[in-house]
Amino acid sequence: MISVRVLIRPKEGILDAQGKAVEGALPALGFEGIEHVRVGRIVELRAEDDRLLEELCEKLLANPLIEDYEIEIL
Amino acid sequence: MIWGVLQFPGSCDERDALHACTVATADLDPGGGAGGTSSSARNVGGAGGTSSSARNVVGGTPGPGPGVNLRSRLVWHEETDLSGLDGIVVPGGFSYGDYLRAGAIARFSPAMGAVAEFAADGGPVLGICNGFQVLCESGLLPGALLTNESTRFICRPGELIVGESESPWLSELETGERISIPFKHQSGRFFAPPEMLAEIEVNNQVAFRYAEGQNPNGSLNDIAGITNLAGNVLGLMPHPEHAVDPLAGTTDGLKIFRGPAGSPGLTAAAGATGG
Repeated sequence: MISVRVLIRPKEGILDAQGKAVEGALPALGFEGIEHVRVGRIVELRAEDDRLLEELCEKLLANPLIEDYEIEIL
Repeated sequence: MIWGVLQFPGSCDERDALHACTVATADLDPGGGAGGTSSSARNVGGAGGTSSSARNVVGGTPGPGPGVNLRSRLVWHEETDLSGLDGIVVPGGFSYGDYLRAGAIARFSPAMGAVAEFAADGGPVLGICNGFQVLCESGLLPGALLTNESTRFICRPGELIVGESESPWLSELETGERISIPFKHQSGRFFAPPEMLAEIEVNNQVAFRYAEGQNPNGSLNDIAGITNLAGNVLGLMPHPEHAVDPLAGTTDGLKIFRGPAGSPGLTAAAGATGG
């Protein structure tokens, strides 16, 4: 079995409402000089091999219309 | 007209949707409360179906009571047999919890496979809110729905302008007509990449836009609902099923639910059934 980590992020250029909300909260918490916050998600899984990973990402884990993904084999 | 309303684990608007279907087309149920034997309008087609009860045809005032369409039903997500149904609603809610992404898991349900076939055969399919998200994830409609710009859940009355789409769902509405339909969602921001958006516009697939100044979520081009190219599949974010009773402040939702029955393609079939 291989350990896999998939990083999924909103595509560049699409307004990331969650990232924007986090960014908006930073000054009130005293964090200065931080910008372009983007929030995505990480999916960790174990697989027999890497054959199905691409399809898994395209069909389920990410929506390629709005999200980019990176597959990392650990 | 006999409806099927999908029910996923996590659906929450399916009963309102079923109520809306039955009330809106009470006079178009060939069997109705009388327990008739005719089959559905869609399946009967031009083949000359058995006649429906006179009561439902003549006295078909929408509203609960003798005219209520009793044969429309919920369709559990594991079901694959949609025979006998004239229209399908994919309702709002949180299918399978929407844990991964709204509608992402529901698209793989057995029932959605059957809905895709139903749609390919030209059957009318309506996706509301989460149902719209499911239809987009399924590829039955173009685009995607993102978290509202505000990130907040919104729930309030709102107004839509009827778009240019030539869909059976809009047969009771005029392009440019203003209707009142409640907004109730957190992931309703319609998005499509520029080329796809241009195609949607050029092909007149926009069914509804938020009225001026009322776009609640940052949807591109104020899009609140779209159809597929053929027009038989409609998805919209606002909730027509919550707008069928005067108590709700608007009954404009009825016009959408009555759409397929009033469109030329299906009227002939309904007429044949209705004798």
